[in-house]
Amino acid sequence: MVNAPYIPPADIWDILKNIPDPEIPVISITDLGIVRDVQTGGGRIVITITPTYSGCPAHEVIMQTIRMELLAHGYTNMEIKQALFPAWTTDWMTNDGKEKLRRFGIAPPNPVQQFCHQGLFAADETVQCPRCGSFSTKKISEFGSTACKALYQCTDCQEPFDYFKCH
Amino acid sequence: MQLPVDYILHLADTALVLGHRNSEWCGHGPVLEQDIAITNISLDLIGQARHFYQYAATLLGDGYSEDRLAYFRSAAEFKNLTLAELPKEDWAHTILRQFYISSYQSLLFSYLKQEKDEQVAAIAEKCLKEITYHLRWSSEWVIRLGDGTEESKLRIEKAAANLHPYLAEIFFPAFYEQFLAEADRQEIKKQWLARANEIFEEAGLLFPGIGNSNGYAGKTGQHTVYLEQLLTEMQVLPRTYPDAVW
Repeated sequence: MVNAPYIPPADIWDILKNIPDPEIPVISITDLGIVRDVQTGGGRIVITITPTYSGCPAHEVIMQTIRMELLAHGYTNMEIKQALFPAWTTDWMTNDGKEKLRRFGIAPPNPVQQFCHQGLFAADETVQCPRCGSFSTKKISEFGSTACKALYQCTDCQEPFDYFKCH
Repeated sequence: MQLPVDYILHLADTALVLGHRNSEWCGHGPVLEQDIAITNISLDLIGQARHFYQYAATLLGDGYSEDRLAYFRSAAEFKNLTLAELPKEDWAHTILRQFYISSYQSLLFSYLKQEKDEQVAAIAEKCLKEITYHLRWSSEWVIRLGDGTEESKLRIEKAAANLHPYLAEIFFPAFYEQFLAEADRQEIKKQWLARANEIFEEAGLLFPGIGNSNGYAGKTGQHTVYLEQLLTEMQVLPRTYPDAVW
């Protein structure tokens, strides 16, 4: 048996860093924090990813894109695994990713500890308007254009915007 | 320790059937934001069903897949709660059913996330995050309708009367639910009742309690005619073109 060439995990991470999220292409799948592990023993690449929301249609596209990108870089021996535990949280999103969201016009998620698990009709989370920076905003709907977002509106500049809700 | 496959299918079927029912609102919601909300909830539920079907398929082994379980079983093989298969009716019926089931899922999954069956525990923990949103949203809507206009109050009262006969089944254990200790089952029921009473009271409504079973037992495959109709529509494509891929 021929010894498999060593594949540095960093090379694989570099490829993954450039794969955009299909729904919000300004951030990459590593910015989102859904790539949980990369193993490269014995010439085989094993990538573990975790879904954001159970029914997120982007998940399958992401798995397929990872496969295509690795093939394009000459890697053929691979396995892409899905892990449900520990469950994904927006706290795994990188600061860089949050900043990219904000510049794109989507308010990034607040930290989970402070803001998740509100009671009924609780005061809305204070979400900063990604356009004018005002904290004077209101929630329009708990559910937005994708499973991961809520709809807000700025009461200063009047602009409606998406909020990537903490999860 | 692995939980019974029938139980995993029961969890999957309830999520799929309710998700499919809610999806019938797509394009028909009372306002755009709520149309988006209910279809988002559908998406979560169908995603949850997929987690359970995928797990069930690995336990059942050769030849089984999530698609085969969802599309190639007949009504008598489905194990969903009867409550989940009832027609969507008006917004009040849809909201109240969602509240009842989200509230139950919330308590049950908090219990299941400590299960020794690691895959079920992982799915439960994942789903709980989504269910928290569903429960908050549906609770707020029950209150809004009960405490809203004369018309909205009449409608939610009618929904409560119509759904009432299907509540007993939730807490009447099927043969595959025996693993759940009686004390735990009673605790879940107690907390479920407390939540229902609390929300109804805040809505200015009287919670009718859970009463006696009406004999329907979707959990063991004895369904209303509505499930047959739902499955006919949902399964027509893969059954007509078994080789279709998408």
